[in-house]
Amino acid sequence: MNPGLRLELTGISKQYPLVRANDRVGLRVKPGEIHAVLGENGAGKSTMMKIIYGAVQPDEGEIRFNGEPVRIGSPAQARKLGISMVYQHFSLFDTLTAAENVWLGLDKSLTLPQVSARIVEVAQTYGLDVDPERPVHTLSVGERQRVEIVRALLTQPQLLILDEPTSVLTPQAVDKLFVTLRKLAEGGCSILYISHKLDEIRALCHHCTVLRGGRVTGEVDPTKESNASLSRLMIGAEPPQLQHRPQTAGDVVLQVQGLNLPRQDAFGMDLHDIRLEVHAGEIVGIAGVSGNGQQELMAALSGEDARAAPSAITLFGQPIGNHSPRRRRKGGLHFVPEERLGRGAVPTLSLAQNTLLTRTQHVSRSGWVHLRRVERMAQEIIERFNVRGGGAGSSARSLSGGNLQKFIVGREISAEPRLLIVSQPTWGVDVGAAAQIRGELLKLRDAGCALLVVSEELDELFEISDRLLVIAKGRLSPSVPVAQASIERIGVWMSGLWDRPVASAAAASAEA
Amino acid sequence: MIKLESRPQPSQLMSLLSPLLALAITVLIGIGLFLILGKDPLRGLQVFFVEPVKNLYSLSELSIKATPLILIALGLAVCFRSNVWNIGAEGQFVVGALAAGWVAMQAGPQLAWMGRGIVVAILLAGVLGGMAWAAIVALLRDRFNANEILVSLMLVYVAEMLLGYLVYGPWKDPQGYNFPQTITFLPETKVPRLFDGLRAHIGSVIALVAVGGFWIFLFRTYRGFALQVGGLAPLAARYAGFSSRSALWTALLLSGGMAGLAGGLEAAGPLGQLTPYVPAGYGFAAIIVAYVGRLHPVGIVFSGLLMSMFYIGGELAQSRMALPKSLTGVFQGLLLFTLLACDTLVHYRLRWQRRAASPVSAPAAAVKEA
Repeated sequence: MNPGLRLELTGISKQYPLVRANDRVGLRVKPGEIHAVLGENGAGKSTMMKIIYGAVQPDEGEIRFNGEPVRIGSPAQARKLGISMVYQHFSLFDTLTAAENVWLGLDKSLTLPQVSARIVEVAQTYGLDVDPERPVHTLSVGERQRVEIVRALLTQPQLLILDEPTSVLTPQAVDKLFVTLRKLAEGGCSILYISHKLDEIRALCHHCTVLRGGRVTGEVDPTKESNASLSRLMIGAEPPQLQHRPQTAGDVVLQVQGLNLPRQDAFGMDLHDIRLEVHAGEIVGIAGVSGNGQQELMAALSGEDARAAPSAITLFGQPIGNHSPRRRRKGGLHFVPEERLGRGAVPTLSLAQNTLLTRTQHVSRSGWVHLRRVERMAQEIIERFNVRGGGAGSSARSLSGGNLQKFIVGREISAEPRLLIVSQPTWGVDVGAAAQIRGELLKLRDAGCALLVVSEELDELFEISDRLLVIAKGRLSPSVPVAQASIERIGVWMSGLWDRPVASAAAASAEA
Repeated sequence: MIKLESRPQPSQLMSLLSPLLALAITVLIGIGLFLILGKDPLRGLQVFFVEPVKNLYSLSELSIKATPLILIALGLAVCFRSNVWNIGAEGQFVVGALAAGWVAMQAGPQLAWMGRGIVVAILLAGVLGGMAWAAIVALLRDRFNANEILVSLMLVYVAEMLLGYLVYGPWKDPQGYNFPQTITFLPETKVPRLFDGLRAHIGSVIALVAVGGFWIFLFRTYRGFALQVGGLAPLAARYAGFSSRSALWTALLLSGGMAGLAGGLEAAGPLGQLTPYVPAGYGFAAIIVAYVGRLHPVGIVFSGLLMSMFYIGGELAQSRMALPKSLTGVFQGLLLFTLLACDTLVHYRLRWQRRAASPVSAPAAAVKEA
């Protein structure tokens, strides 16, 4: 009803078979405004964006664009109206150049040279350096995102949607992106900025709509809020504080030296000369932008990829590089993978059956499974780690992401490992469960277990780690005690520049 | 446009009832079929569903058909549960029959010391024959990543040609008036019958024991668990450390062995000699038996009996109602088809949806939306 608004949603609802993803939500975006949409995973942010972008049709409610009621039937219609979206996961063809990729996404009214010229023009206006002639596979992640943004800008949008744009960027690249976005907003383009990172929203956005459980729980000016007050709106409570007690590390538990592994598939990353030590009673964190060799390193350490030279990986001095995951587990090495459903747990099997994946003390020598005892073990894990769901008999896929993650982490912790390797411990997990999982990891460390944690969330690593390393382009940086590390320094290292002094490296990484 | 939308919570009861529902629909379509053919549908149903279980004799004949179906389907259930697609049980059945037949033909005075024990040797040879044929599939898959569906299926035809070569050539009975058949096996090599005057043999007892054995293997042993995890979530199996190679070999050797055992029982049982007509389609029909039985050992007993009724009913329909034999295949196919349809509708519901017209053409961009 307000003619001054760029976009107005009123009473939008969307019912999926299992959940009401959006329940009479509203959203009001002014021209030239950077508007944050804040919420946890599953709060309904993505559904709302898909409705605005025409990928999903709402069950009820009204959408007005520039004051006019509209029905957005498809993304193509959205683009025609002047709405563009940059997805969290890029959709670029690796073998094509930046210009060709942009060209593919446009209506066919322009020729390729015209598109290249437009790219250079737009890139200059907004400070987005993109070389249109370079093939995409030679571009860094930050550069690829710039290609995506340029592609979105070429359609001259009045509203640009960015879905978690910083999850793949180094802190320096984030700063650069913000400069671009502010310039865009000054030019009158409205920006919808989806995120769950409170600091970014407070630094960048003019206005913030908070979602929780499919409903709008607040509309605030983020610059006037604190992290605590935003988090209260987002999860209904403040996250509990963790206690990190100082502790001296014990003997070497895991030693990796000279680990080289060629990639197994075309989109993988080679590992080069990985060196790493984890001691008893410490948490070593590995930071890095995703896709820089984390997956490959985890597979080599867990034994899912057993191609490594035996002596490249030692556990308590024993070479294990070529051992199977089961043999490593017998030696006390337990692993929590990044994917919960399908890797850490079989979706259709019950929690009790899923304990059997890694816990075999109730399997007799002859291979007989004592079902009762397995069920009891699952029940104990469920009670100890406060897993909410249907109990030991319910299937893994019936649990929410956070509860399943608690179960899997609990399954490995209750095995009393001597070395626990965890990949993305709280990825896609709600704040309460995340705090609980981090607390359990710290408890395990205090009990003398060695822990290696890989995460893309720097805050998380700074919160729980004793020492930090950074992985970039398949190489591992030297380790640095958390007390001596800063977000800036780790950010520079995330571009692979740990050999240079900080000042010049910072400049270089901003380029990357 | 019709759209399939996944149901939030598929009904447990309906997924158990789905085979019965499928049977009911099959019967209904069958009635329609009889009507179109101008036959009395009641008479038709009687031929298919009453005659095969009418008396002891018919039950004994039913068990003869059901035994190989159940044995083969048990092995296939393990295969399919571990995501190994062995379509060539028919070939493993034939090679099992060949191996068993070869041992049976060696019987005579010099092997008299074995007495009736020779039957054990014959059945063992059947198992080994089936395993060997399946091992070719496993080896090609393991070594060269050859598709096991194609390899196992094509090996069926190789096995049939091998059988043809042997019964037309080296193994032909010299006193057989040049018919393509081996000698009739000696009485001591015959699989023992259960009752006097009936053809039902000890194979049905073996099949029932096997049902128990497979149930225990699948649901009470770690090995069986590991195999199924490999089928349900290969990444989880790798995470747990279950070897996919050993799963491939176990599944293929087990199902090959079961098909070979069925072949051995058939050769040394009802057939009593080898002819070009050893392959009767049991290996293919067992795929349907395994699925209709929900890949569950107990379910397979029921679906095996049902499929045998179709076999016998088809034969009776030929002689009593002058209907073509292919009616058996029609009924078997109908049953599988309706079962798949019922299963789909248990997991999904139909939604009628009018497609939104998209006025803007941007094909390349539209691809990205996915």
